[in-house]
Amino acid sequence: MAQEQIRQDTRVSIRTPRARVSGLGVAHHGVSHWWLQRITAVTNLVLMLAFVVIIANMAGRNYAEAAHIVANPFVSIILILALLSVTLHMRIGMQVIIEDYVHAQATKIVAVFANNVYAVLVAVACLYAVLRISFGQLA
Amino acid sequence: MAQFNLPKNSQITQGKSWPAPPGAKSLQTFKIYRWNPDDGANPRIDTYQVDREDCGPMVLDALLWIKNRVDSTLVFRRSCREGICGSCAMNIEGQNALACTMGIDECKSPDNALPVMTRKDKDGAIRIYPLPHMPVLKDLVPDLTNFYAQHAAIEPWLQTETPAPEKEWRQTPEDRSRLDGLYECILCACCSTSCPSYWWNGDKFLGPAALLQAYRWLIDSRDENTGDRLDNLHDPFRLYRCHTIMNCANTCPKSLNPAKAIAEIKKMMVERAL
Repeated sequence: MAQEQIRQDTRVSIRTPRARVSGLGVAHHGVSHWWLQRITAVTNLVLMLAFVVIIANMAGRNYAEAAHIVANPFVSIILILALLSVTLHMRIGMQVIIEDYVHAQATKIVAVFANNVYAVLVAVACLYAVLRISFGQLA
Repeated sequence: MAQFNLPKNSQITQGKSWPAPPGAKSLQTFKIYRWNPDDGANPRIDTYQVDREDCGPMVLDALLWIKNRVDSTLVFRRSCREGICGSCAMNIEGQNALACTMGIDECKSPDNALPVMTRKDKDGAIRIYPLPHMPVLKDLVPDLTNFYAQHAAIEPWLQTETPAPEKEWRQTPEDRSRLDGLYECILCACCSTSCPSYWWNGDKFLGPAALLQAYRWLIDSRDENTGDRLDNLHDPFRLYRCHTIMNCANTCPKSLNPAKAIAEIKKMMVERAL
């Protein structure tokens, strides 16, 4: 258990209420996450609309034709931006949920780490797929 | 993990049902949370019958009627009986409110019912519990030590570097009007104890009441410590646990809007970073 969590436990530690509220002080962090979450929310809205249009255009086509659409530079760039925006938004959103509900320090660190790994894996795998198609290796 | 179930020693049991006053024509049932730290028993719900014709119109009147006429062991805080001291904040019919400004008829009205209260036991009783998710000292009295320490932590007083002027720190009427909707807070804790984020992270999240007061000093034109005040809030837990759930604004007995004040603090944070 983390030192601070032990110090905060009223059953084993005597501290003034003011000391408990101060805890380890201010993290000087949070505004960038908050702002990025709002920014990506707006970009998600636009990019996902474009994404839906692109996917709808693939309906009824075979693999070669669909890959041809993805290979279009304009479509590729839209897809890459959408992937980055969505995975960034997903990463921050999930981290907030973990911080809300997971309180044991060790579990929280593992969960946030796993969340980051998952977001990076999803992003890189999708980017790799789009780039591979758009740079001409259709099969 | 956040705790979603009550621990074994907090689970509520069936309490005593007190007899109705003899000869009363208009009765209102109250089901009230009781817990005594000295007897080692679990909390229980006692049932009381209040004679409406012998009792004032507010929930606090009913509580006093019960304490005076039926059961003198019932414990609750109260002082001003006019919504300015904030002592009698409690959970009435699922909503945090001041017992002194909540009418007995009002708290059963559909306008006042929260979705969560649309439940099976429509027995017409008024249920009264202490403020949610706070340690209970006895019956309807919660331990607000942490809540008050959080208020102290935002340093709720005027901070200046400039030597004090001979008369007063001057403000324009516009400057002063920015404090409206903020200074009226009576620190009853209805908002903070209705906030799920405060339930799960009340040790680190300052909660709507303390943050409303933080904003009250951030926006005060006379205060010279705005930057340091913002620094003290720049934290993923102290400020950013607020997810704009809005329970605070819904429940505030003074009709204030802590959620808006917190949003303004977040805007100030971005404003100074961009």
